Amino acid sequence: MQTMITLDEILNDYIGRKRDALLPVLWDVQTAFGHIDAEAVHQISHTLRVPEADIYGVISFYTLFHDEPTGETIIRVCTDPSCGLAGADDMLNGLCSRLGIHHGETTVDGQFTIEHSACLGLCEHAPAALISWRGIGEQSIAPVSDTDVLLNGTDNAQYESIIGGDAPVLLAGVDTYAAQRLKNYGDYVALRKAINDSSPENVIAEVEESGLIGRGGAAFPTGMKWRFTRQATGQPHYVVCNADESEPGTFKDRVLMEARPHLLLEGIALCGYAIGAETGYLFIRGEYPEAMQRMQAAIDEALEVGLLGDNIMGSDFSFHIEIRRGAGAYICGEETALFEAIEGKRGFPRIKPPYPTTHGLFGKPTTINNVETLCAVPGIITNGAAWFKAFGTEKSTGPKLVSVSGHVNRPGVYEISPGITLRELLNDYCEGVTGELQAVLMGGAAGTFLTPDEIDVRLTFEDLRKAGSTFGSGAIVVFNTETDLRDVLVRLGRFFRHESCGKCFPCQLGTQRQVEILERLDAPLPDDRSRLEDIGWTMTESSLCGLGQTAASAVLSAIEKWPELFEKG
Amino acid sequence: MPEADDNMITFTLDGEEITVPEGTTLLEAARMIGKEIPVICYHDATTANGLCRVCVVDVNGGRLLQPACIAECQHDSIVETRNERVERNRRTILEMLNSAVDLSQGEAIQEMMMDYGVDESRFPDAKRREHDIHDDNPFYVRDYNQCVLCWRCVQVCAEDAQYTFALTLGERGYDTHVATAFDIGMMDSPCVFCGQCIGVCPTGALKPKTEWGLEQGMSPDEIRQMTRIPRRRKENTE
Ligand SMILES: Cc1cc2nc3c(=O)[nH]c(=O)nc-3n(C[C@H](O)[C@H](O)[C@H](O)COP(=O)(O)O)c2cc1C
Ligand code: SF4
Ligand code: SF4
Ligand code: SF4
Ligand code: FES
Ligand code: FES
Repeated sequence: MQTMITLDEILNDYIGRKRDALLPVLWDVQTAFGHIDAEAVHQISHTLRVPEADIYGVISFYTLFHDEPTGETIIRVCTDPSCGLAGADDMLNGLCSRLGIHHGETTVDGQFTIEHSACLGLCEHAPAALISWRGIGEQSIAPVSDTDVLLNGTDNAQYESIIGGDAPVLLAGVDTYAAQRLKNYGDYVALRKAINDSSPENVIAEVEESGLIGRGGAAFPTGMKWRFTRQATGQPHYVVCNADESEPGTFKDRVLMEARPHLLLEGIALCGYAIGAETGYLFIRGEYPEAMQRMQAAIDEALEVGLLGDNIMGSDFSFHIEIRRGAGAYICGEETALFEAIEGKRGFPRIKPPYPTTHGLFGKPTTINNVETLCAVPGIITNGAAWFKAFGTEKSTGPKLVSVSGHVNRPGVYEISPGITLRELLNDYCEGVTGELQAVLMGGAAGTFLTPDEIDVRLTFEDLRKAGSTFGSGAIVVFNTETDLRDVLVRLGRFFRHESCGKCFPCQLGTQRQVEILERLDAPLPDDRSRLEDIGWTMTESSLCGLGQTAASAVLSAIEKWPELFEKG
Repeated sequence: MPEADDNMITFTLDGEEITVPEGTTLLEAARMIGKEIPVICYHDATTANGLCRVCVVDVNGGRLLQPACIAECQHDSIVETRNERVERNRRTILEMLNSAVDLSQGEAIQEMMMDYGVDESRFPDAKRREHDIHDDNPFYVRDYNQCVLCWRCVQVCAEDAQYTFALTLGERGYDTHVATAFDIGMMDSPCVFCGQCIGVCPTGALKPKTEWGLEQGMSPDEIRQMTRIPRRRKENTE
């Protein structure tokens, strides 16, 4: 049902709030009216006391916000690699020709706007789409079987979670369609144990002892991060859970949130207890409406029975978790850009140092962790560090999730003991490659390629590093010999051009120059390879943040492995 | 050898051992010993944001180069302000910038391009950043075809000086550009025409109207006409 709400009614809820309410209010206005116009910006500026120019700058930064009228329904079709392999271009073109418009345009009757989209985190169900219904909100649809479902929607868009692997821990007991409710999850056993029998220092010591390494891509030891934050002067301390998951090919965090929301909440609360925080923010990318709803429902359940909120379990530990919704910007997965987004600004990464552990959200000591990282913590506290270390290798402890998509017979999220080989993963768990293997992209768009003779690499942080590769975000995209790798490179190049925040010159300029050359690889100019190398190394060595530093990583690895792709012919 | 002092940092800069107070940036240290490091976005009057990266230097041969304008000197480090790697990065940044923006009136940048052997046609068929010229007020003209996105104007208009907040950045990535709210003209924006933004612009993007008029070959009369200040518009019509 479409509800009619006025701007005043929306703004009433924001009176007295500050700039950090900007993204939430923009979402409310965008959902109600389909776009955010000058009058709305004027009123928001008065309510939150933020300059109009700044608000305009914020709207125009985020893909999911519009400052001009759009169709009643906005349909976004993903065209990143995994969806590209599954026929996303045909779907998008078919839709456009049916409606008689190009992508980026709106039908004359104002009914539909069609856009293409960066990875929607539904790669195992490719091709995927995200629909925005004015007055209602977003809905994910995957796989998109035909253009009808895009135009009419579907009652049951519930894709199934496809999971597997050799070490079901985080994904244990998952119902493939529904969120695990509190009655099935049970008590927050680990949190209770920590509060009753353990000090924050002991919780940190246990996490340190477990060898848990962050799962968000930067591979930083979690316990050490918590210790630094706990020790930092300055109050209050914050926990931020990074659920921005936008690395193409990555969807494990979505599955965790959709399937096991209470596991994540317990992990966030444990972090709060350990570092001495009373507030946690869960920043979820705007393209994950289902995960957001399920997480909110779980928070409500936990509040109801006192597992979150004031004086948890009768102790003097109080902890609240607030969900913040992203608005379409891969860069907001970068931890400091994410803080900026929560603070109501354009998602520009900050210069480091200082680091989040001392100067994080609102300039306060902050621990920011990936969804999977935090989901690993309850098990460590309940069962002990030794139990956790029994999975995997000495340096890559604990079960690890990977998102596998592309040309495998059973794409999905796999929970593995680090140490199995990539070949075992693909053949024994993913039921084999469809067709003949040509290449594997490890770590998503920011990652590197492996060739068929490299897939005996053991899946551990240390082995992958030795092989010049990376777990990165845990994305594994598989390409068979039918795939045009140049086409894959173009898609990656477009992704980075679209997602560069534009703050620093090497990446702002380099992502554009790079894609221009990738787009002409079928008929390259002489010296295009050396152009790509100069652009690539300059972005890698001089960019301000991880986005630019990895925006050429796949291209440079392709140059090394398949130099012929960059020559004429 | 200087004594190890808690508040002093000793390190090697282009083969020369120097000692500086803790917190000194590499750019400041280089300037102390009379060494030039090129800068585009850095300005003494604005917060350094490390945007342009032409100031990058090699610290200990690390994987990443360090922006000299913000990176602080570290004990016992070995810094090279100009080696092959540094040159490749600076030259490529300049070549990419030159393929996007009209740099003809940025004198310092022109010199830099000479110094680093920039090939002006390195990126053929490159999409340039093109904008209409904003001639919407009697005081100054904005020609963002010449804008390098150093952010200085946005910064002086905001917390670095003026607290007027007339300017922001629109869009992102390659399409990033300086903008007013909804691209309204300057007369409709909160701009108070203090001129600070013009003073810090390193290129010809922001220019007083008189200077612009002369460049366009206008007569003094025409310029006078053009820069006549209209009656103040009524404040806040609500
Ligand atoms: C461009 C970019 C995007 C990122 N996206 C994510 C993300 O979506 N989720 C995530 O957890 N970390 C992401 N990161 C890494 C975060 O900056 C940060 O290292 C991480 O959230 C820390 O959590 P961890 O220690 O648990 O891994 C990204 C980094 C960069 C440079
Ligand atoms: S590297 Fe790219 S994403 Fe990161 S700050 Fe620079 S322009 Fe922005
Ligand atoms: S002249 Fe206007 S835009 Fe420029 S700094 Fe002053 S107030 Fe801001
Ligand atoms: S207009 Fe001038 S001062 Fe402003 S960002 Fe562009 S180059 Fe810098
Ligand atoms: S959802 Fe399309 S590539 Fe991930
Ligand atoms: S001068 Fe250092 S980054 Fe621009």
